[in-house]
Amino acid sequence: MARYGMIIDINKCNGCYNCFLACKDEFTGNDYPPYSVAQQNDGRPFMKMTEKEMGKCPQVKVDYIAQPCLQCQDATCVKMATDGEVYRRPDGIVIIDPEKAKGKREIVNYCPHRVITWNEAQNVAQKCTFCAHLLDNGAKEPRCVEACPSGALMFGDLDDPNSEISKSLKAAPTEELNPLYNLNPSVLYRNLPGKLIAGEVLFEDKQDACAEGVKITLKAGSIEETTTTDFLGEFELKNLAADLAGTITIEYDGYKSQTIDIKTDTDKYLGEVMLACK
Amino acid sequence: MLYPLSYGGFQLVGTDFPREFMPRLLWVVKGNQHIKNIEGFNIDKRDIIRDLFRKKRILKRSAMEKVYSSLTNEGPISVTVKDGKVTRVQPLIMDEKDFKPWTIEAGGKKYSPPLKANLAPFVHAERTRLYSADRIKYPMKRVDFDPNGERNPQNRGKSGYVRISWDEALDIVSSEIKRIRSTYGGSAISGMTSSHHNWGIVGYKMGPFPRFMDMLEYTPVFDNPDSWEGWHWGATHAWGFFWRLGMPEQYDLLEDSLKNAEMIVFWSNDPDTTRAIYCGQDSVIWRQWLKEKGVKMVFLDPYFNYTAAHMDGSWFPINPDSNAAIALSIAYTWIEEGTYDKDYVENRTVGFDEFKKYVLGEEDGQPKTPEWASEESGIPARKIRSLAREWAAKNTVLAAGTRGGEGGACRTAFGTEWARTMVLLQAMQGLGKAGNTIWGTAMGAPADTSFYVPGYADLDTRMAITRAARTKITNPTQQRLYRLTLPDAILNSHDHWMGSGFCGQSLEQQFQEFTYPAEGCSEIKMFYRYGGSFIGTMSDTNKWVKMYQSPKLEFVVNQDCWYCSETNFADIILPACTSLERDDWGEWGAAGGYSNHGNNGCNYRIIVRQQKAIEPLWESKPDYEILTLLADRLGMKDLYTDGGRTDLDWCKAYYEISDLPKIMSWEEFDKKGYIVISPGDDYKPTPALRWFAEGRPCDTPDSMNPKRGKENANELSTYSGKIEFASESLRKNTPDDTERPIVPHYIESWEGHKSAIREKYPLMIISPHPRFTFHTQYDKHTDWLNEIPGHRIMKDDYAWWPVRINPIDAAERGIYSNDIVKLYNDRGTVLGIAVLTERVPPGTVHSYGSAANYDPLEPGKAGSVDKGGCINLLTSSTMMSKNVPGMTPNSCLIEIGKWEG
Repeated sequence: MARYGMIIDINKCNGCYNCFLACKDEFTGNDYPPYSVAQQNDGRPFMKMTEKEMGKCPQVKVDYIAQPCLQCQDATCVKMATDGEVYRRPDGIVIIDPEKAKGKREIVNYCPHRVITWNEAQNVAQKCTFCAHLLDNGAKEPRCVEACPSGALMFGDLDDPNSEISKSLKAAPTEELNPLYNLNPSVLYRNLPGKLIAGEVLFEDKQDACAEGVKITLKAGSIEETTTTDFLGEFELKNLAADLAGTITIEYDGYKSQTIDIKTDTDKYLGEVMLACK
Repeated sequence: MLYPLSYGGFQLVGTDFPREFMPRLLWVVKGNQHIKNIEGFNIDKRDIIRDLFRKKRILKRSAMEKVYSSLTNEGPISVTVKDGKVTRVQPLIMDEKDFKPWTIEAGGKKYSPPLKANLAPFVHAERTRLYSADRIKYPMKRVDFDPNGERNPQNRGKSGYVRISWDEALDIVSSEIKRIRSTYGGSAISGMTSSHHNWGIVGYKMGPFPRFMDMLEYTPVFDNPDSWEGWHWGATHAWGFFWRLGMPEQYDLLEDSLKNAEMIVFWSNDPDTTRAIYCGQDSVIWRQWLKEKGVKMVFLDPYFNYTAAHMDGSWFPINPDSNAAIALSIAYTWIEEGTYDKDYVENRTVGFDEFKKYVLGEEDGQPKTPEWASEESGIPARKIRSLAREWAAKNTVLAAGTRGGEGGACRTAFGTEWARTMVLLQAMQGLGKAGNTIWGTAMGAPADTSFYVPGYADLDTRMAITRAARTKITNPTQQRLYRLTLPDAILNSHDHWMGSGFCGQSLEQQFQEFTYPAEGCSEIKMFYRYGGSFIGTMSDTNKWVKMYQSPKLEFVVNQDCWYCSETNFADIILPACTSLERDDWGEWGAAGGYSNHGNNGCNYRIIVRQQKAIEPLWESKPDYEILTLLADRLGMKDLYTDGGRTDLDWCKAYYEISDLPKIMSWEEFDKKGYIVISPGDDYKPTPALRWFAEGRPCDTPDSMNPKRGKENANELSTYSGKIEFASESLRKNTPDDTERPIVPHYIESWEGHKSAIREKYPLMIISPHPRFTFHTQYDKHTDWLNEIPGHRIMKDDYAWWPVRINPIDAAERGIYSNDIVKLYNDRGTVLGIAVLTERVPPGTVHSYGSAANYDPLEPGKAGSVDKGGCINLLTSSTMMSKNVPGMTPNSCLIEIGKWEG
């Protein structure tokens, strides 16, 4: 028996919404008994999309977070179901039974990730099924993965050591979207956006050219991260935790170092930082 | 996903029974026709079916389903039909065995594309477009239009419509054609199409419509080269390539860049959005590879565009009118520091000394320093200088538009000058040498170009004159109109311009003069409009409203699949069907003609039989059928249909003049639905312009290069045969032109950051090509797109067009996110929804062009406030320069305020 999972790499996503639209195409107006009933044309989509903009002009970052049902292995929706209206299949896919879930609006609130939607027309809760109706009939991946042009969505059998996804899991670490929920999701992420610190360094005596190669060090408790400015004198520290408090030190031979107190409660754009000659 | 099968000539489809019973309800389908219920089949065929099911390649379905192949502007699709209704549209299902993916080796890694077609986003929503409430369902007549009495042209755009029968509609249109032709002659009829409405070489806009109109001896309207104006009117005078309308060949530059590029400068280029026009998202993975390889990416663009965001690039948020200034200051830095390819400049170019004089300020006293460019562009001089140094030090690709050319910067005041400087900058770094190319990053995959399949723009598929036709039709009328000035021509009864639209035959075509009305020809009395996009895509488009209401147009027809911005200005509206409702075929990404081998923006050459998936909806009909019915009433049916050909007959006729019969018969193709052509194992790359850089004869497959295979095949097609810093073609034809001078200049925009009118209209707006619609095709008719905040944003049950504004500008005006705002200047007022973002610098506003929804608060009133987001109502119709009839939508000043209406 396969056990299905997905890895979503935010760095690879170009925000094209192919996954979102392919999902709408698969489910809008189409019944797939016993998996799901037709989604309403204007219903809330199964693939939740979040866009995140960070930084300030001219140092801007944009990330897109595609979020299907995370198919949690310890899913709250399954635990809270009283009558099998939400169940987890042996292959890991969590299904809301469209018959048993009729009229049970409370199911929408079972999910802390907020991916369960209410279908007003059919009076039933529903969500992403990993396209189980297709997988059960020989398809190798859900519609969202089929539609992805950049390889940002990877799907496969977690129990098959030779599957692409198993190899990928071994090769590099992944993160959970909401690790605090502790739900053991089958959908994992890479490069989820955290807080951003960005800025540009200038040399006081050489303002007609950019300050390349300046060392930037972030120290916060036990955490230390280093980067250098690029050929435009710009630097950025990305995907930082939101609870760091410490300093940024800016150093270059022949110039006075600067240390700036920093907290990562929000993204920090330091603008132009001038280094004075020693 | 859904795997339709071809097996022994039969195609199998799903059923509603569990697997063990499945054969009993299986249908066997041959071609498009159900021929037999499986019961009663002999045992052998049942065995075949069981065998297939063991391979798990068929899906159980709750009812009769069939899967059809088709092709869109942005990729091949499989269309599932159940009970006569389309239920699913997905990337074309192809057998993995049909792919032979190429492999590029670079930096110790091997790169091969995935075995699939990557569609543009909106194609996944094709189903809602097909069944859109905006479909034109029935023939309609304007309520106050009486062909035998009061015509009330002044009410076009205002009055309602009444449904009429096809007979009545065809009678009115055909009798008006007869009346106008006999009274004024054929030249009194004009007509034109929109672009990109449906793919397919039979049904495309260059097929049935021109054959019909040529037969009437009509007055054609030249298209302006709208998406690449500056390259067409400018870059041609630096490097030739007129047969590509000013844009370069791109052969094998993917491989060259993977192997050699260290930095890519994206200048006014968002290939994730513009996709080499037709190539879906096949090139997304290429840029992903380059990013992972560590190639630096820099973006010069007033908007932090989608590709910049995806590539995590460095951003130069430039003033929209300052592109040429930055380019010149980069040249200045290289000249001052001696960091350009002197050998190349000496041997491969002419006129450098003249150019150098201008750059160093010897001509006008102003050296084009980074400090000077900084004043114009808003970019600190240090960054311009560092960019210039990095560019010279590294193997740098210049990506100045999705096809090597294009980009919003070429659609500005004097946009010719920017495009010319792009060619010249890269010439200073040895244009064509390994890693020093002009490559848009969206074309140039390995492809077998020896295999001929005509594209929609090839002469071979122009239904009027194709060699596949037994009777060709040529139009003797010499009169022409020009799209950008068509409303002025009609309203003023006069027009005069230089340049024959798409000047793909010679540089001299750009200097050909035209006058309307032409001698011996009539003014236009009848306008047959096929499509209806222009209020969302042309310039200062309130003029189109005025034109339509002119009594000079005695009769206006609109034929289209959907209600668009111009539809409601017609007297008679005719409902056409989409390509899913008729038969056709074509090759993905291959327009042919002036974009020869455009398919190399796709990972594979994929030729698709566009199978009719459903009957035409409501009372719509294929364009060819509509025009055949009209031709019949005009007594010209036999001529028009080439002796009674159906659209399927044309499909086959075009098939026969391609190389495809070498691979499979039409009948096999008809059944299988597609063909994939891959380059052979012995494929030898011939990178674009490497031949020129190395002084060799052209060795690329650019078959339209007029010098290829001749004695001077090592030359470009400029007058000198070299890259021209000082243009010889301009020196000869327009020597005194100071707005497109012999050496490219930075010329201040008439409507830019220094204009006096900025006191009244302080914000520069750019309106580039949109991401989630193919120009106006898909927007408005595809409601799922309204849920994508980058496309439209819902508020109070209305899908508003996003207007991106920097928080500083917003704060000055008291504007908050999701406020409805008015954008206005002396030309018009458009409403949109405010998106506060750091992706535009203060002073610049971004809102895509090409909204399909023209929704005037006062219908039929030119200048009415538009709720639908047609930014082009605001843009200037001032031409690029006095001898250049190009559009300039990205030179536009506006003010924004909260909408209190």
